Amino acid sequence: MTAHFQIDAATVRHMAFLVRVGIRDEEAEAFSPQLSAIIDYFNLLNEVDTSQVPPATQLPGLRNILRPDEVAPSMARADFLANVPCREGKFVRVPAVLSEE
Amino acid sequence: MGPDLINLTIEEAHALLVAGKISSLELTQAALERIRQTDSQVRAYVTVAEEQALEQARQADERLRSGRNVTPLTGIPFGVKDCISTRGIRTTCSSRILENYIPPYDATVIERLAAAGAVLIGKQNMDEFGMGSSCENSAFFATRNPWNLERVPGGSSGGSAAAVAARQGLFALGEDTGGSIRMPAGFCNVVGLKPTYGRVSRYGLIALASSFDCIGPMARTVTDCAAVLQVIAGHDPRDSTTWNEPVPDYTAALKQPVRGLRLGIPKEYFVAGMEAGVEKALQEAMRTLEKLGLTLHEVSLPHTKYALPVYYLILFAEASANLARFDGVRFGYAAPQASDVIDLYLRTRRDGFGKEVKRRIMLGAYTLSAGYYDAYYLKAQRVRTLLRQDFEKAFAQCDALLAPVCPTTAFRLGEKTGDPLSMYLSDIYVVATNPAGVPALSLPCGFSADMPVGMQLIGRHWSEAVLLQIGHAYQQETDWHLRQPPLD
Repeated sequence: MTAHFQIDAATVRHMAFLVRVGIRDEEAEAFSPQLSAIIDYFNLLNEVDTSQVPPATQLPGLRNILRPDEVAPSMARADFLANVPCREGKFVRVPAVLSEE
Repeated sequence: MGPDLINLTIEEAHALLVAGKISSLELTQAALERIRQTDSQVRAYVTVAEEQALEQARQADERLRSGRNVTPLTGIPFGVKDCISTRGIRTTCSSRILENYIPPYDATVIERLAAAGAVLIGKQNMDEFGMGSSCENSAFFATRNPWNLERVPGGSSGGSAAAVAARQGLFALGEDTGGSIRMPAGFCNVVGLKPTYGRVSRYGLIALASSFDCIGPMARTVTDCAAVLQVIAGHDPRDSTTWNEPVPDYTAALKQPVRGLRLGIPKEYFVAGMEAGVEKALQEAMRTLEKLGLTLHEVSLPHTKYALPVYYLILFAEASANLARFDGVRFGYAAPQASDVIDLYLRTRRDGFGKEVKRRIMLGAYTLSAGYYDAYYLKAQRVRTLLRQDFEKAFAQCDALLAPVCPTTAFRLGEKTGDPLSMYLSDIYVVATNPAGVPALSLPCGFSADMPVGMQLIGRHWSEAVLLQIGHAYQQETDWHLRQPPLD
């Protein structure tokens, strides 16, 4: 009933780019059958008639948890900056986001 | 130092500490010595915080001497799974991308345990970012099962389960997203509790799947788990998914009589494919529970076969969102000499994440992407509603459910690493609870070919007291939990 689902190496590379993970060609080849098998397995859910079933979102009972907008101590800047891999004074340094082109 | 310090339960140690017969320093030193003696074999710990532990032990001893503000956990050494933030102590999620990350703050559960006077001795190994069922996906090393060092301790809280089993600390905090406390507890002959979602604060827990993750206690006895849950449970304004539901006295609740409680046996959980020794242990446990006065009857959870795909689909989607923050910018590993920001992300995450992590977050993004969102993610969320309804209907007829934890006992290292899907299938009995948010207790119920067998008690939301009550009664009647692994 359900066709065997194939995720080819090109799709694997696309998926990797979606999550910003660089993968090498041999990894894309190796992942292809593994990911195909898993997605194929998910098709089992097509057996279930969910036409009248709402999606479960938040566990029931919690709604719009709010608090007053008050200033309170959070974290010392030095503590926050201590883990930054690339710093310049109190700034976090990153490579160029936009290029010249 | 008495020879039996490492074999004390929290309850026993507390009595001796309060009576002044032992000190927290002795207890802590014994735990640290035990790690030195056994961890080259077991490999439960990623980081041991010796100096800090000894200092906390000295402070606990002062508190005990003064007699003021002493709690059942004052002076008790423990470890935590390495996904729980500990200020000033490296917290890695067993991943290279956080190999040198030192959190600038404590998780709420750590703050609560420190306030109670418990003594943190170290951070425990896990499958990388909680992704795994064997602890073999740790980027650093695989933890071994203290009952047989060629076998896995289970996962992803494998280090925590192994540490408790090996007597490296009197309890541990694990974390359960889809069985990650209960399955290793079952494999290692210890008690593990997945609380109701929202019972324990996730503030400071490095998130895997935000609608599934639950921090919970692991210890050698149900009584000890109750004592730890008492301290960590409760509303936290810093985690808006915690409830204002009052926290009962779990320790007092242990003594409530269990006669007349109704146990449901889900028929879909007892089908062909279970190891014979596991089935036998479960059947014997049922007879013991009947002897204690509980009534057992069959119930049905009709959508059980869909629990695995529902769980994994939603897990992958939520994990891909949660792991987007690891980008080499504000913390963690950063690939050197990136040419632009995309290059920074691609190389940081290529080099920092292991294979299983990559697979899962790729699948997660795929199932959320345009054209696939309805067919996969939304579909899974609809079937999730049906899983929840299954539990609600079952609990209309009984007070708790009894189920196995895993179809087999601990498998060998390397046995399932070749095929990711086969590893996922070992979670079959433990994954339905997290999408529904219900609590579940895993406890020892026998052995099969010398390896531990665990059973699960699953309850309604907020029914931890009932599960602990039943578990405690069972442990008064049996001694599986008192057995020790052949480590020495």
